Amino acid sequence: MKFSYFPGCSLKGTGRAYEESLLQVLQVLGVELVELEDWNCCGATAYMAVDEVKACVMASRNLAIAEKTGCKQLLAPCSACYLVLNKTKHYLHESPSVEAVIQKALKEGHLTYGGNVPVRHPLDVLVNDIGLPEIKKRVVRPLKGLKVAAYYGCQIVRPYAAFDDQYNPTTMDRLLEAIGCKLVPYPLKTRCCGGSLTGTLPEPGLLCSYILLKEAIKRGADVVSTVCPLCQFNLDCYRDKMAGRWGHEMIPDPADRNNQVPVGPRLDIPVVYFTQLLGLAFGLPEKSLGLQRGFTPLRLPPVQTAAA
Amino acid sequence: MIELKRTIKYESDRVPGFGHEVMSVPGCEQLETCIQCGTCSGLCPLSIFMDYTPRQVMELTRSDFKQEVLRSTTIWLCASCYACTVECPKQIRITDIMYELKQRAIHEGIYPKRFPIPVLAQEFYKMSHKHGRVTENFLATILFLKTNILAAIGMWRLGLNLITHGRFPLKMEGIKRKDELGRMMAVVDQLSIDKLTDRRRAPAAGGNGQGGH
Amino acid sequence: MDPRFADVRTGFYICHCGHNIASMVDCPAVAHYVAQLPGVTLSRDYKYMCSDPGQELIQKDIKEHNLNRVVVASCSPLLHERTFRNAVAAAGLNPFFFHMVNVREHDSWVHTDRAEATAKAKALARAAIERVARHKALEVKQVPIHPDVLVVGGGIAGIHAALTLANAGKKVYLVEREPSIGGHMAKFDKTFPTLDCAACILTPKMSEVGAHENITLWSYSEVVKMDGYVGNYSVTIKRKPRYVNEDLCTGCQECIAHCVYKEPKFADEFNEGLGRRKPVYIPFPQATPQVTLIDPEVCLNFKRGVVTGKCKQTCVEACGEKQAIDFTQKEELREIKVGTIIVATGFQTFDVRRTPQYGYGRYPNVYTALEVERLVNASGPTAGDVVLRDGRRPKAIGIIHCVGSRDRKTNRWCSRVCCMYSMKLAHLLKEHTEAEIYNFYIDIRAPGKGYEEFYDKLLDEGVHFIRGRVGEVTDWAFIPEEEGKLIIRVEDTLAGVVRRVPVDMVVLATGLEPHGDAQDVRRLFNMSCGSEGFFLERHPKLAPVNTFTDGIFIAGCAQGPRDIPDTVAQAGAAAAEALVLIDKGHIEQEPNTAHVLDDCCGCKSCLPLCPYTAITFDEATKKAVINEALCKGCGTCVGACPSGSITQNLFEDEEVFSEIEGVLAHD
Repeated sequence: MKFSYFPGCSLKGTGRAYEESLLQVLQVLGVELVELEDWNCCGATAYMAVDEVKACVMASRNLAIAEKTGCKQLLAPCSACYLVLNKTKHYLHESPSVEAVIQKALKEGHLTYGGNVPVRHPLDVLVNDIGLPEIKKRVVRPLKGLKVAAYYGCQIVRPYAAFDDQYNPTTMDRLLEAIGCKLVPYPLKTRCCGGSLTGTLPEPGLLCSYILLKEAIKRGADVVSTVCPLCQFNLDCYRDKMAGRWGHEMIPDPADRNNQVPVGPRLDIPVVYFTQLLGLAFGLPEKSLGLQRGFTPLRLPPVQTAAA
Repeated sequence: MIELKRTIKYESDRVPGFGHEVMSVPGCEQLETCIQCGTCSGLCPLSIFMDYTPRQVMELTRSDFKQEVLRSTTIWLCASCYACTVECPKQIRITDIMYELKQRAIHEGIYPKRFPIPVLAQEFYKMSHKHGRVTENFLATILFLKTNILAAIGMWRLGLNLITHGRFPLKMEGIKRKDELGRMMAVVDQLSIDKLTDRRRAPAAGGNGQGGH
Repeated sequence: MDPRFADVRTGFYICHCGHNIASMVDCPAVAHYVAQLPGVTLSRDYKYMCSDPGQELIQKDIKEHNLNRVVVASCSPLLHERTFRNAVAAAGLNPFFFHMVNVREHDSWVHTDRAEATAKAKALARAAIERVARHKALEVKQVPIHPDVLVVGGGIAGIHAALTLANAGKKVYLVEREPSIGGHMAKFDKTFPTLDCAACILTPKMSEVGAHENITLWSYSEVVKMDGYVGNYSVTIKRKPRYVNEDLCTGCQECIAHCVYKEPKFADEFNEGLGRRKPVYIPFPQATPQVTLIDPEVCLNFKRGVVTGKCKQTCVEACGEKQAIDFTQKEELREIKVGTIIVATGFQTFDVRRTPQYGYGRYPNVYTALEVERLVNASGPTAGDVVLRDGRRPKAIGIIHCVGSRDRKTNRWCSRVCCMYSMKLAHLLKEHTEAEIYNFYIDIRAPGKGYEEFYDKLLDEGVHFIRGRVGEVTDWAFIPEEEGKLIIRVEDTLAGVVRRVPVDMVVLATGLEPHGDAQDVRRLFNMSCGSEGFFLERHPKLAPVNTFTDGIFIAGCAQGPRDIPDTVAQAGAAAAEALVLIDKGHIEQEPNTAHVLDDCCGCKSCLPLCPYTAITFDEATKKAVINEALCKGCGTCVGACPSGSITQNLFEDEEVFSEIEGVLAHD
């Protein structure tokens, strides 16, 4: 299996661990990734706020380069990139006048846009293309006893429900179950983390992310599994601010529901990428998966012997 | 003493044609059929912070109340999570309309001078034009310097943590064929799809952020 | 003299229609022009042709001038073609030697120039003169009507239609797919707005049906085939095996008491899966017919639908002398002949699994409206005690309106009854639980008699109405008071705030939609469906119970969502329409039917084209045959036949071509 690979700006920056773990995991599974030649920023949400047509150019340049390399499918792990690239494809299909402008612009790079390269997400590829039985075969250290809150975020299931249900996606849940994790029920699995508002308008932004962590803690999760670099950043890097603002709030102790405890100390729940969990199950070394980059380290439960 | 505020909207407060312009973006014409059910506001995680809820912004836009809409906090608080769009019983592309309104507000410079969100959008725009890619930590630094230096100082701990955890690259990312991208954008500047494109054209890369009122 | 007009003596009349035609068309000039045309014996203009004197003028002329063709140029044939045909027939001339020309809607009403309008009138008149010369004498056909009626569907619509017809002395077959009649209404607790007990008003009618000498009730049966045409339908009905003989069973239910299953174990369909039943069961206490039945899927005496004899069969023992249980029963096919059919097959409720965001199935305390009807009903699974699936009693209940309705993603239409039944359930739940009740709505639709007053009464009772469409139901608590509850987050649009309302129970007001097999059923009965899937009426205002197939009528929710008063009214209307045909004894058919000529080569191109399935293929002669009773004269087969071997009365090739020649001939 071979894919063209679009990392996006985040995976080279704060989301570095996602790329590291993804590449490791796909290597174990025998999937070949070829990084897109001279890829440019997809535009994410910020660009769309400034100019729609130029945002299309940013995205289409990548799609056109992918077409030129003759690749059959493009893998875009970052949620925003995944959404923007797919959205651009839909938009160009619906608006011939905009498509005409894009084609003219792309000519400057000797590129054309044909609209025939599907943009896929790693969850989709792992569970639907490679399949859970294949993945199970590679598991050397099942993550038994690890309680996970699977958090999908908004952009991979909305507005396009390409590979999973919009209200109750289960792809990541099934994937993590296959490697031995126990999934806690998590109704906020697709609720927005606040996106870039956590940096620009902390009051509403941080609240969105805090709600997600709080619920994961309440449900008894040991770790939150994410798919998006911005979600991971928001949930991982602002704990001190959250603790300062809301740490005093009382929640039922997940271990003993009759007891109320403050949420502050429990905010250090680790937040990782699903690929990192996958890599651990495959027995890959922690450092190669970028686990040290998380602000709160992940402690796995001890390997259960036959007696346990 | 209590302060009384008189609010009444005359027809002259409307900007005729504004609603139709917004609806001319593909997919947004469904706004005509909005029945003001409130599903969007009920689902929106940010609606509790907005001065006008998404539903109200839809009605105001449809009724051509341009100034009220572009000056609302709503359009900036929208995190484009699409929860509203997938549930809307009339399949109105609410999120895309919010993007539309953001673009217009930026283009017309209607926002407080150092309001971080439009500033971030424009800095992002400029950086991606100049380099073809965006390096997050530099972007964030520029953002804070331009909008709120004191807050930037308050972020020292975060910055330090990012550095120690190896998530703070010091090299500016960029593509090889920068001028190719520049030429592509120039083509878009020249071509005018419809009268809309002119009005939505963003300031040329390298210019200063637009001031507000 | 043109030989085509040799024996033709035409009378031409152009009507002034007051000012309607005369203001724009120079009628005397047209009459003068036509007088010169071949075959025309006389040509007049007159003020009001449709009036009595006008008609008498035609009749007088026919007799005195021995006319054998008549042309009237006036308004649209839709208005007065029948008037003039009758007048001509009364004077002893075959009515199909009459032809009508529209110089009002097609000419004077759409012109502003008198010269142009008059020129067009002349051209149209000439076309008519050319055409009518080629008309042939035709006879209106009379088709006899069989007096028996088939009513399909035993809900309130079917029951009412059947009783009306039976009381009028007609023999009625009532076929119902479920083991008992009663339909959805039998499941309701109380009905709005009077809060009548549904079973109390329905069961007397059900008993009447069961006992009526003129009604043959075939429950647990389905129509599988229908052939024929109006007045002469042959219908094949499949009677499914109950494994209990209807004639011998007295409804004592001893078999149920003595079943080898000591406790009921299987999901009870009548109670929407909330209760349990045994393999041998009776759907509900007032079921009609009052006969038990056995479910072969779960009965121990069956394996994969085949009798094994492995069970102790304590039911047979309990039945004793009556010997009503019969494991040898098989599916039976019965054929009947009826003249008219009323299709009253009702609706199905929207499947809430299509809207997973409301949590049905995920959260145990989310219910559909029908489930709640059973929950509050005294003969329901909890005897009317509102106890939730997890054993709790609700202190706060949220009722969500418009589930599946008014939504482009699911069903676009408004289901009409949900606002009212949501309010009814609000009242009943409040009565049973004293809980706080919240209704979340987009609009309150209360158009019927006493409906708005019912809404008023509910506001009086302290039920909370929040105008805001609910996007999702979740269980994540933001504040301690919300722990363990279902949260409805909604914009209270009227108050202008976003609210979080914690409730213990959520009721989904599901909409009404056509049955899943509506397309199959409509094909069975030669009907159409509208774009939403409900059966299509002939005219939404003027013919709401007729279909495009004569003799087949529709009533009730099968045609569109409606409440019980309207359903009963429609059922009565359908029965009346059927009585029109039956009491007249015959119908007259417009003879504009098509027929196949001898030079048909048997290519079968026409067969699939007929929208009324009127064409069949005769294997013996290897030619297509058109059933004139079914043919509606649409002309599709005529145009499509590659060898031109199909011709249509009143639209024969010669007639049409001559009309064209006539128009073109005018200079």
